[in-house]
Amino acid sequence: MSAPAIRFYQTGSFAVGNRLLDPEQRSVQAGEQRMNSITCGHRACQGCGEALGARYALDAAMRATNGQMIAANATGCLEVFSTPYPETSWRIPWIHSLFANAPAVSTGIAAALRVKGREDVRVVGQGGDGGTVDIGMACLSGMFERGDDVLYICYDNEAYMNTGVQRSGATPPAARTATTQAVGPEPGNVFGQGKSAPLIAMAHEIPYVATATVAELRDLEAKVATAMEIRGARYLHVFVPCPLGWGTASKDTIRIARLAKESGIFPVFEARDGEVTDVSKIRRQVPVEDYLRPQKRFAHLFKPEPRTEVIARIQAGAERNIRRFGLLGDSESGRSESGCAGADGEGGA
Amino acid sequence: MLRQVEGSRAVAEAVALCRPEVICAYPISPQTHIVENLSQLVKSGELAPCEFVNVESELAAMSVAIGASATGARAYTATASQGLLYMTEALYNASGLGLPIVMTLANRAIGAPINIWNDHSDSMSQRDSGWIQLYAETNQEALDLHIQAFRLAEELSTPVMVCMDGFILTHAVERVEIPDQEYVDAFLPAFQPRQVLDPDEPISIGAMVGPEAFMEVKYLAHAKQMQALELIPEIAADFKDAFGRDSGGLIRAYRAEDAETIVLALGSVLGTIKDTVDELREQGVKIGIVGITSFRPFPLDAVRDALSHAERVVVLEKALAVGVGGIVSANVRMALAGIQLHGYTVIAGLGGRPITKASLRGLLADAAADRLEPLTFLDMDWDVVNRELERMGASRESGPHAENILRDVRSVAAGPV
Repeated sequence: MSAPAIRFYQTGSFAVGNRLLDPEQRSVQAGEQRMNSITCGHRACQGCGEALGARYALDAAMRATNGQMIAANATGCLEVFSTPYPETSWRIPWIHSLFANAPAVSTGIAAALRVKGREDVRVVGQGGDGGTVDIGMACLSGMFERGDDVLYICYDNEAYMNTGVQRSGATPPAARTATTQAVGPEPGNVFGQGKSAPLIAMAHEIPYVATATVAELRDLEAKVATAMEIRGARYLHVFVPCPLGWGTASKDTIRIARLAKESGIFPVFEARDGEVTDVSKIRRQVPVEDYLRPQKRFAHLFKPEPRTEVIARIQAGAERNIRRFGLLGDSESGRSESGCAGADGEGGA
Repeated sequence: MLRQVEGSRAVAEAVALCRPEVICAYPISPQTHIVENLSQLVKSGELAPCEFVNVESELAAMSVAIGASATGARAYTATASQGLLYMTEALYNASGLGLPIVMTLANRAIGAPINIWNDHSDSMSQRDSGWIQLYAETNQEALDLHIQAFRLAEELSTPVMVCMDGFILTHAVERVEIPDQEYVDAFLPAFQPRQVLDPDEPISIGAMVGPEAFMEVKYLAHAKQMQALELIPEIAADFKDAFGRDSGGLIRAYRAEDAETIVLALGSVLGTIKDTVDELREQGVKIGIVGITSFRPFPLDAVRDALSHAERVVVLEKALAVGVGGIVSANVRMALAGIQLHGYTVIAGLGGRPITKASLRGLLADAAADRLEPLTFLDMDWDVVNRELERMGASRESGPHAENILRDVRSVAAGPV
């Protein structure tokens, strides 16, 4: 797709005005033809990053597949809030089996479609970080190494939110969860643990791995579209703030996600066949403190007195991400510092 | 066509004749040969169209089958022993969702201690998982039951487990009649799913169900098994019409009409029991057999009818309900509610211990004379057990049971040390 000659950014955000783009470049979600794959009436919390991410990702996948898509869901928030019996928010063929097996169920669907000669119908597996990086990791790895024709999307809110905010293998250091309480000499989750599911996915040398956040929904849509152009096992890791588990204001979900990316906490990149091929540059770097401070799960880092050493360790982790993925420097084109002023600068909780 | 083949090969060919569309497999002895044979049939193109998926665990095997079945494909897998336990969560899921998956279970013990030989501990542990469980006595019956299982599963939209004794059947080379494809095609119609994931008619499968409807949804699995009590004999009758063989059904009686003593068992051990019963009959003992083919659903009425005229029943089980004794026995007692009759539970053959005619002869003679304890462990070496119990009583640090007992068994074999 060709780059438009002029870009207009909305004040206080980096979102380009939809109406100013060519129709084919406009957001799927802004179009009247959007599929509403997960439609209104579900029971997600206000400001739920996962509901937002799933809506954009699945509608983009539906657009890319011309509506020929089946989804398999792991147990978790997304499953529970979308299908309280006898209601369902899904307007796509959708199955939930177990917590650990969504990638394998997806494989089964893909195998059935192949045997029936319905390779026009595509498969999306999805789950939260618990269902993906912890209990579902074996099934996910198996699906990756076999190269099954599945796009698996992990909506990462960094803990087991559905069961009441317990630590997962994606919980960041120092974060308070119900099983890493903010007590004792080193409150919150310990340092040196956890894993990067995108890097694990890359180690399988699958054709496409990408990360995204709900702060940049056009980027998320574009990555889903890219993923659906490719056959084989693909992985998309979407950073989705959780107001309940993180102790953030519902209105701040997108802002928190943006701060995660702009601080280097969450690298946004694409990788093909095991190699990083593109990164979303940090537009204006912010200290991790700006990201941490609005979240109650990190409140113990600031009260009763600031734990500057801990914050410095988290900052060092962000710096490592920045070095490792090359997150600073010129982005591809059209970056407008003057358009950046606004919400990002405010760090206060 | 009559052929002399290994049991696993016979089952693989029977499954292939049923035209499965997705086969997922994880290796675990003793079912391994079945899926090896099927992978060969798929790879060579003899079985087509069919997708063979090598998965990373038994949980994944059952999960791939769930996804495939929900997408309208005839799905098959096989497992045994620890593998069955590893897929337990998915077993309940498949039955709860009502997906007609067929699975071979090559019966084998459950550890610890780790053991690869035959008994029924694995399938018995899943008796309440919502799967229909059919037990084969011979390789011919194992082959036949698979063809019946696909029809049964798909008519009821519920999963079926065909249990065959590991090694004793799976690895035994026997003569079997392998039917022609056209007969199987005539017997087994194409899979018409009750629910299917289809972009043209989107549905949600696997919704969360709260207290307001959970009992009703769960009951449906039971209702299907009650329907199976009618359907299993019908399918067996149809099978006999089509293939000329008596295979399947709920139970199978042998010399039981005038029997005062009836032995009740499942699986391949029925062959040895039949030989023993023939010998005892020649000695004038009024003894017969009831073989259970369908353990789930459990045919309460059929068992009651078959046993009600007898004076005693000996339930021979290849599994142990630790803490109470018999598993099959408990079901038999339920069938006999209100009927006075001596009941004996015999736990035999655990972990592959041979069940010999000599042992059975003594056991059944004791039973016929009512000299048996209510719970008997056939050919148990009580000296070895008692020695370990003594060690445990003597010290809190007596060490691991299995290693202690193996040391004893060796020293016993070598004579006093």
